[in-house]
Amino acid sequence: MTEKLLTKHFGTENLFRIDVYLKLNGYQSARKAVLEMMPEEILNEVKAANLRGRGGAGFPAGVKWAFIPKDVQKPKYLCVNADEGEPGTFKDRYIMNHNPHLLLEGIIIASFCVGINTAFIYIRGEYEMVAKRLEQAIAEAYANGFLGKKVFGSDFHLEVIVHRGAGAYICGEETALLESIEGKPGNPRLKPPFPASIGLFKCPTVVNNVETLSNMPFIIAFGAEKFRRLGLQNDGGTRIFSVSGKVKEPGIYELPTGISLREIIFNHAGGIQEGKRLKAVIPGGISAPILKADEIDIHMDFDLLIEAKSMLGSAAIIVIDEDTSILDVLKIITTFYSHESCGKCSPCRIGNSWIHKIVMRIKEGKGEKDDIENIIRLASNMVGKTLCPLGDAAGMAILTIMEKFMKEIESCIEN
Amino acid sequence: MIPGLSEKAKNKIKEIIARYPQKQAAILPVLRLVKEELGFIDHEAEKFTAALFDVHPIRVREIVTFYSMLNQSQLGKYHIQVCSNLSCSIMGAQTLIEYLSQKLGIKPGGTTKDKKFTLSTVECLGACEKAPCMMINFEYYGNLTREKIDDILNRLE
Ligand SMILES: Cc1cc2nc3c(=O)[nH]c(=O)nc-3n(C[C@H](O)[C@H](O)[C@H](O)COP(=O)(O)O)c2cc1C
Ligand code: SF4
Ligand code: FES
Repeated sequence: MTEKLLTKHFGTENLFRIDVYLKLNGYQSARKAVLEMMPEEILNEVKAANLRGRGGAGFPAGVKWAFIPKDVQKPKYLCVNADEGEPGTFKDRYIMNHNPHLLLEGIIIASFCVGINTAFIYIRGEYEMVAKRLEQAIAEAYANGFLGKKVFGSDFHLEVIVHRGAGAYICGEETALLESIEGKPGNPRLKPPFPASIGLFKCPTVVNNVETLSNMPFIIAFGAEKFRRLGLQNDGGTRIFSVSGKVKEPGIYELPTGISLREIIFNHAGGIQEGKRLKAVIPGGISAPILKADEIDIHMDFDLLIEAKSMLGSAAIIVIDEDTSILDVLKIITTFYSHESCGKCSPCRIGNSWIHKIVMRIKEGKGEKDDIENIIRLASNMVGKTLCPLGDAAGMAILTIMEKFMKEIESCIEN
Repeated sequence: MIPGLSEKAKNKIKEIIARYPQKQAAILPVLRLVKEELGFIDHEAEKFTAALFDVHPIRVREIVTFYSMLNQSQLGKYHIQVCSNLSCSIMGAQTLIEYLSQKLGIKPGGTTKDKKFTLSTVECLGACEKAPCMMINFEYYGNLTREKIDDILNRLE
């Protein structure tokens, strides 16, 4: 059995209530961090843990925190990314629903370490019930003196505000998220400057994913070394894989980082439904380039997946069986991107909508000879030429399907 | 003030604004509240919000048209949002959307004549382990089949 840090107590009844959470030694790590540790000490521990961001890009959390300038007079902010819009991903919902106090504890640790007094949890608009649960948990934490003016009786003060989105995938991108909290449309900003120097309200800002922060209580309680040993040396801990599609047991699986994709699908998620054959897998949310059935003997490691020209992303695994047509997959992906492009830069806005139109025409049986060439040209023109990573992701996801399933797409056009 | 906004909502607006370190950050939460109260956001509501935050109405229009949950016209009493993204489609969402469409006599995007139902297709709802799934107002329903849909709709007043 692998050790679980995030989902360990999910089976406990009413875990979301603070009294239940406290009985399981809840808030001990946050208390220890605030009352017994120096911010520098916490930072060193988080750096040594080699915890890589769970939101998508896999940037080391400790390194990100260290970018926040220490000598500025301005306030600093924490923005918790709970937008969870990447298709295939649902792990953050589980954390917030089952164990909201784990996240709050992580927020306290991060904020104390960086010197932050206001944290926003940006949660996608559809998660109404989850947002209510979070608000309830926050109220309990205030009532217990774990948030507010004197956190654990110390001089440290921390306010936590739940901020609800209103239906826009792009707001998961960190700078679009900041724009959205500032009361604007969620259009990504040009980087640099990075949020660490000029972020929310032009102040230094840390943006971290829900799962990233939820690892902090374990790191503080048991140390960086133990955390690293649970997973890969350069990517410590566990990950919650969201597994969906044609597997027998879709759901979340908390497993060590670096576990093989085949093992997740066949040993943990029960294999393919109805004895069908595996056709393809998307290993990191819809933005991650597709892998063919014979490419799943790969370890779920950021660097190895990049080598395989895909992406670990949000660790959302979408399993596609032989019954699913690849043209349908392409249709859904292009529908998604043409719908969710924020429209700020033309290669993404125009490229995605044209590709989508072509794919829809092929789907209607009116494919033309040069469609494939045009799709490839339009998609290539997005990669590396857009303001935010959405354009790259769309381009790469589409190009990879075209490359790996060219024959099937061709046959859709010919027939 | 826009007509139709309750006293409670007005107080809630003040409360929301007070919560934020910068006033304009409260625009989206206030628009969400107005939408909840009135069912949709029309030009009057836009103007009201603009005045409240001391910004040009076009700024508010930009926000309202950007976010899909800030609808600009009245929806049915029950807003059925069926996920049409990948995991749900693999599990048969498309046939369920057609089924719902037929059953209600409206296309996705439409509202029934009695204003009871609006049908929409949406991108991933973050509940792919229960694919195919849908949301009615803020309630999630997963592992859908035709029978299950019949059953759910029958229970709605
Ligand atoms: C188009 C787009 C959508 C994104 N959506 C999310 C999201 O829903 N949740 C998330 O945590 N990160 C998302 N990200 C990644 C964030 O930009 C950012 O890298 C992350 O929140 C940083 O947190 P981490 O370092 O803890 O992973 C998205 C990125 C892009 C480009
Ligand atoms: S790449 Fe697409 S989503 Fe990103 S800023 Fe440009 S238009 Fe917007
Ligand atoms: S794909 Fe339907 S909920 Fe995620």
